[in-house]
Amino acid sequence: MRYLLTDEQKMIIEICKKIVDERIIPVRAEYDEKMIFPADIIKEIGRSDLFRLFIPEKYGGMGTGIFEVCLATEELSRGDLSVATTYAASGLGFIPIILMGSEEQKEKYLPVLASGEKLAAFGLTESDAGSDVGAIRTTAVKDGDFYILNGTKQWITNGGEADIYTIFAKTAPDKGARGVSAFIVEKGTDGFEFGKKEDKLGIRASATRELVFNDCKIPKENMISREGSGFITVMKTFDESRPAVGAQAVGVAQAALEEALNYSKIRSQFGAPISSFQAIQHMLADMATSVEAARSLVYYTAQVIDSGAKDVSRLSAMSKLFASDMAMKVTIDAVQILGGYGFMKDYPVEKMMRDAKITQIYEGTNQIQRNIIALDLIKKGFI
Amino acid sequence: MIEKLKIIVCIKQVPGIMEIKINPETNTLIREGIENIINPFDTYAIEEGVSLKEKLTASEGGSLDVEVIALSMGPPHSEAILREAISLGIDNAILLSDRAFAGSDTWATSYTLSKAIKKIEGWKIIILGKQTLDGDTGQVGPELAQILNIPFIGYASKITEISSNKMIIKRLMEDRYETFEIRLPAAISVGKDINIPRVPSLRGKMKSKSIVIPVWGIDQIDMDEKECGLNGSYTQVIKIFSPEHKYEVKMVHGTPDEQVNEIYSKLKELSII
Repeated sequence: MRYLLTDEQKMIIEICKKIVDERIIPVRAEYDEKMIFPADIIKEIGRSDLFRLFIPEKYGGMGTGIFEVCLATEELSRGDLSVATTYAASGLGFIPIILMGSEEQKEKYLPVLASGEKLAAFGLTESDAGSDVGAIRTTAVKDGDFYILNGTKQWITNGGEADIYTIFAKTAPDKGARGVSAFIVEKGTDGFEFGKKEDKLGIRASATRELVFNDCKIPKENMISREGSGFITVMKTFDESRPAVGAQAVGVAQAALEEALNYSKIRSQFGAPISSFQAIQHMLADMATSVEAARSLVYYTAQVIDSGAKDVSRLSAMSKLFASDMAMKVTIDAVQILGGYGFMKDYPVEKMMRDAKITQIYEGTNQIQRNIIALDLIKKGFI
Repeated sequence: MIEKLKIIVCIKQVPGIMEIKINPETNTLIREGIENIINPFDTYAIEEGVSLKEKLTASEGGSLDVEVIALSMGPPHSEAILREAISLGIDNAILLSDRAFAGSDTWATSYTLSKAIKKIEGWKIIILGKQTLDGDTGQVGPELAQILNIPFIGYASKITEISSNKMIIKRLMEDRYETFEIRLPAAISVGKDINIPRVPSLRGKMKSKSIVIPVWGIDQIDMDEKECGLNGSYTQVIKIFSPEHKYEVKMVHGTPDEQVNEIYSKLKELSII
């Protein structure tokens, strides 16, 4: 039971719940094993207007905020984190266009992304540049009315499936983080290829690929904002998107908690359901409390962001950090409560544990999140 | 010149249970505590209507204005399923509701629906679910088509071609496929094999909350009290009862061979084989 939601917010959850129950749960184990991209499910998500949640009304969106995005992301994560990641990562890919793009770029790209007709992807990470954004080596050299891109991006979610890519490249290699610029590159552009699909521990149905740029020529109109503004674009994007990663973590933790709770009532040992043992009861109580606490932090952060507050980096980092660490613990505990059965692939919790791990790593590792929080605390204290 | 084409989807609200229970004292359906739902086959009809609109708009959108209307005959709370249909992409809905309609058999139902449909201008296609969960007759579709004097294809499996004046329909029978080309206006009934019903959209749900659904009674569709409800029915339900289950149990013993022989003799004796 979710409290204090508007009718529209409840509708979002109802739609996602239907998609989870009717479309996702029946296929999630198979898609995980065989690394099958959930194309039909994403199409249904698009048709239900869920991509419109990210986007302003002017460009075909619902004009809703990060709060509504988090509601949808959390509910979809209850079904399968791969599906939720595909959905949220498309958002991540086009948030730079919403935040920093020109009017022409918004009008060109946002409507087809709002309808779900096309997916987006966020191309930042490289083999030698994960946490250290300034160390990226992909270059963008100006050549008349074009930029020529050269380099390789690694582990890009929706790589190969998306049509629209936001790519971060160095326009000024000697300037470190200040030399990074952002570009929109479309699939099918000459000189833009994909590597093989990665074989991952978790979120295996989500497509993760290398992006290879070989003298890839793109029009200068495709640069987002000015040269050198790439790093700011990354930071502003993550400030908005981190609560959604928090929502993913809350969703998968909730799903694992429900499995553990239901199992504990059915499973009997020593002549009683294991839910009657204090050891299990205390685990369940701690799990449920931490899920609720993380949920509160995520949605409070989303409300603060949607209210237009300027200084959200600390809170945003906290919501991602706390929820993802919580999800890892809760999913591990869920496997523990299911015991031997939890270890078997026949039961859904081992997958939830494998899936949860990524939430502690992507969109800024939890170590980076702690850096952000500490530095912000020291610099600004409490106002 | 923009031509208008209306698709009408007829839907019914039914009690949402797998096992119908009869009250042994009153011989009527036990409805308490049972949630009302859209008749399951009607969800496929709704999806097909919306899907046909999308196909027609894609192929003839410049010259064709397609509207899908959901129509339901039932008590006032049937409005809920019409709103659900709107959330699934239906454009408009009409509720046929009047005390005079109560007690209708399939003929009276079909006749009443036909009177309502005649009030709607520009309809070309009628889609129904192949049968209802509570009535199970499957008669309303063909009866409606007969009254309106239009072709009817039941149990359609796939609409392979659609244009503003004809349809090509494939259906799976027990032992063969059949393909029909029919000119419009026409009616079809559909089952589970025709499509996968979509999930509601957010804009659809918001529209379903605010849209006004007109209620048409006996006056709005120019009917006489004699023609509808119990008065207009040729058949009447005299009795509904749960048949008593009587089992005779005979245990068969011995070795597997002996058991088989005994069962075989018994089946032959009863002329079952």
